[in-house]
Amino acid sequence: MITTVTSLGRSGLSDWLVQRVSAFVMTAYLVFIVGYLIANPDLNYSQWATLNSSLPMRMFSLLTMVSIAAHAWIGMWCVLTDYITERLIGPKATAIRIFFQLGMIAVTMLYVIWAIDILWGI
Amino acid sequence: MLNVSIYRYNPEVDSEPYMQDYQVDTQGKDVMVLDVLEKLKVEDPSLSFRRSCREGVCGSDGLNISGKNGLACITPLSSAVKGNKLVIRPLPGLPVIRDLVIDMSQFYAQYEKIQPYMINNSPAPAIERLQSPEERAKLDGLYECILCACCSTACPSFWWNPEKFIGPSGLLQAYRFLADSRDTATEERLANLDDPFSVFRCHGIMNCVQVCPKGLNPTKAIGHIRNMLVRSAT
Repeated sequence: MITTVTSLGRSGLSDWLVQRVSAFVMTAYLVFIVGYLIANPDLNYSQWATLNSSLPMRMFSLLTMVSIAAHAWIGMWCVLTDYITERLIGPKATAIRIFFQLGMIAVTMLYVIWAIDILWGI
Repeated sequence: MLNVSIYRYNPEVDSEPYMQDYQVDTQGKDVMVLDVLEKLKVEDPSLSFRRSCREGVCGSDGLNISGKNGLACITPLSSAVKGNKLVIRPLPGLPVIRDLVIDMSQFYAQYEKIQPYMINNSPAPAIERLQSPEERAKLDGLYECILCACCSTACPSFWWNPEKFIGPSGLLQAYRFLADSRDTATEERLANLDDPFSVFRCHGIMNCVQVCPKGLNPTKAIGHIRNMLVRSAT
């Protein structure tokens, strides 16, 4: 058992499940948005604003944003732990990896907060 | 004449590895890659490689043959030679001891982690622990692994994290014991695998399946382990 403290769920199974569920949510959102745009070729601003200011759509958008954040966290964490290692770049790897991991987590969280601000500011 | 290019490195003499070119007369026969190496060894005794059974059972002569991992003894030239050239390198990702001989300590350390032996603390029956034919059939495609390391050393996840990711070979063996009806340590085995590296660093690249000289499917076994983890933890 390998201990990790910067992965999203601290468990491989949890991260794996979150990755699959978040991928499903993102796909559903993409299909819905593309379908909506195709179904409404003469879309105007007020229609678009009405759609996005409704509570179900806000929740769906926020759920998708949280899914993107979780998906990105897990994916980026994998990339960083694959390539920024002592094996590949030497003894400074741990400090560099922690810097990028914490930076990635901070940016991800900021995007989620920003998304809430945008969605509830419509 | 077949052109053969072989990775050479003697750390006591060479500052860095290099490729040495040879020409071998195979008399037009579709011999195995190991036969070519044996022929070269006669001409150049300094050439080092591992071999033993020469029939794909011992797993000693795993090599990177024209870009694909495989056993030299059961790889015919017809499937390895491209443009009359044969390129032989050691299995990638593990330290080279000399020429085509690699240090497999890391590979074996991962194998050791999965406790590759039966765990059953109940009193042993008088003769043996029995299995039904169906239970025994679950081990097919798993027990045949010869630990040649062709799969693990073809896996990018193992290249990047050989000390944390068990690797396809070790995981195939892990499932071999998880699937065994006589083993009673299932929960303990699963608990040891539920971290972001041991199993879940497998991204389904499937190089392991492509190169396994025994035709086994470690990716499928890893999928079964994931399913067992899901069943056990949800």
